[in-house]
Amino acid sequence: MNAVAQKAIDKFLEFTDSDIAAYADSCVHCGECAEACHFYMATNDPKYTPTYKLFPMVKAYKRHKAPMAGLKKLFGLVPPEVTEEELRQWEPLVYDSCTMCGRCTLVCPMGIDVAGSIRKMREGYVAAGIIPDGLVDAGKNAERTGSPMGVTFKALSAQIAHQEAETGIKIEIDKKGADYLALLSSMEIMGFPEIIGSYAKMFKEAGVSWTISSEAFEATNVGVQIGSGKMAKSLVQRVVDAAEKLEVKHVISPECGHAYGALRWAGPNMVGRQFKFEVIHIIELIEQLRNEGRLPAGEKDTRRITLHDPCQIIRRGGLLQEPRKLMDDSCSDFVEMEGAGVCNLCCGGGGGVSANPRAEELQMAAFSQKLKQISDIGEVEAVVVPCANCRTVFEDGLDEFEVELEVIGLGELVAETLSTK
Amino acid sequence: MSLLQIFEGPLFYIAVTVFMIGATWRILGIIAIGRKTDISPPKASANVGFIAGNLRHFLPRKVFAKRTWVHIVAGYSFHLGLFVLVIFAAPHITFFHDRIWDIRWPALPRWGLIIAAQFAFAGLIMLWVRRFSDPVMRLISDWDDHIGSWLTFLVMLTGCLALQESHDALKATHMLFVDIWLIYFPFSRLMHAMTFFLSRGYTGATYGRKGMNL
Repeated sequence: MNAVAQKAIDKFLEFTDSDIAAYADSCVHCGECAEACHFYMATNDPKYTPTYKLFPMVKAYKRHKAPMAGLKKLFGLVPPEVTEEELRQWEPLVYDSCTMCGRCTLVCPMGIDVAGSIRKMREGYVAAGIIPDGLVDAGKNAERTGSPMGVTFKALSAQIAHQEAETGIKIEIDKKGADYLALLSSMEIMGFPEIIGSYAKMFKEAGVSWTISSEAFEATNVGVQIGSGKMAKSLVQRVVDAAEKLEVKHVISPECGHAYGALRWAGPNMVGRQFKFEVIHIIELIEQLRNEGRLPAGEKDTRRITLHDPCQIIRRGGLLQEPRKLMDDSCSDFVEMEGAGVCNLCCGGGGGVSANPRAEELQMAAFSQKLKQISDIGEVEAVVVPCANCRTVFEDGLDEFEVELEVIGLGELVAETLSTK
Repeated sequence: MSLLQIFEGPLFYIAVTVFMIGATWRILGIIAIGRKTDISPPKASANVGFIAGNLRHFLPRKVFAKRTWVHIVAGYSFHLGLFVLVIFAAPHITFFHDRIWDIRWPALPRWGLIIAAQFAFAGLIMLWVRRFSDPVMRLISDWDDHIGSWLTFLVMLTGCLALQESHDALKATHMLFVDIWLIYFPFSRLMHAMTFFLSRGYTGATYGRKGMNL
């Protein structure tokens, strides 16, 4: 047995729990999942069928771990062993063409969670060392600085200073005993730093006590994207240590797709205990403050605006109504796309795809589906994208397809349309 | 002992025993693998999610219907048609009464059975034709998918031939295929008829406790 393949198989089997077993034993190969996958929709290439992407892991399960595998082996009725060549052949399917968006689960008659299964499958790929170069680099940056883009606190400080000057509001760093610790994503810090000013404006208005940590400001968890539980745990631990040191009551997950799931749901399981603070998504917090009357809406944006639903926040994060309520409060002409909400199309760059240069062409093809979904509702002047990663994918995609459309974050929109007393 | 007596007597009981033990083994085997205890504070009930997930996936979503209507129509047609045939055909009710339990229920009239059979056949044939004509299904299908489809087809076909109960040979042929189908079931993907409950349920439970949208 090839040592590389064996490492992957061992991890596949380690991560094959009852969920994976039930999925593998329930899939009837109907292929409906392909019809929900933006990569298949964009290319019509059958290899992008979501269930097909799982084949190596399913093979390992059926050969080694499935009930009756032993009996079937006696009669030569189990699949052959997974090979290194096969793993390498599947690598682009596992990393380049799955954003772990979970749309395929909605169409699957068996309710198979392909996204969650791919997350587990990637653990096998990491064990075997078969990872796209772009993600390897992001992982190295994260190990060094906590940020996949290598953003340091020095760089963040410069952005904070700029936002303080813009808003005239002082932003507290490492304030012990603050109620909220705000996390940011690297993409926000470097690409959309105005969100920091938006936080400052909203939290000042609402009377929220908050801070940013100099030791753990990064929410992005590249370990989750790559499929490295070890790395994911160390990145979560960094946040937990800082939050508990500062004795905050809540940690705010930013407008970043998978960061919320990594910290809120996977986090305690990785660290092995419940946190001494609560994790809250920024959209949940803003909506909560608005409901409490602490963040009153002011004059609405009158442009025709639509909302993109980041998969990990809306479909897989459960925050379906909150952004819509905020949109209704902030826009006078909010228009939804067909299939908006739970079934909305992914931008094409989640799950580490946007950090993987090899997948760029495929990502653009997937984004064309998103663009079509937007163009189907007629002319819109702006799209609200409450995820910094999606937002970057949107900006790159709009540029590539030469489409004029303003892309804004939800926090910024709310901050810009606050009531001015 | 005639072939019919063997196929609906000892062989049938052997087939049912293999079916029961095999299916139970697989279901318990999947459950026994286990799931890690999730210690993150839940937003809602995983148990409710388990049930909700099962119910929600019975209903196709409108937004996907344009692209998946063939499967929706064929899938429902086949499964509902087959369900009606198995449960409400008069010979089946009598067989269950004589061989398994002491209960009877009203049978469908012959015209009802013919309609149900037409739906079941049309659905199954459409699904099978897609297995080799649709590029996606062709890529992901294997021998188990084809054997399962063909065995089910032969059970249904011989069942229709035996409906008149005009000749023991026809009935014996039907019973032979039923026995083979029952023995094949627990070793094959036909098991989806039972494992779907776990598959949908586990996803529903995960989504449910996280407050995710089903």
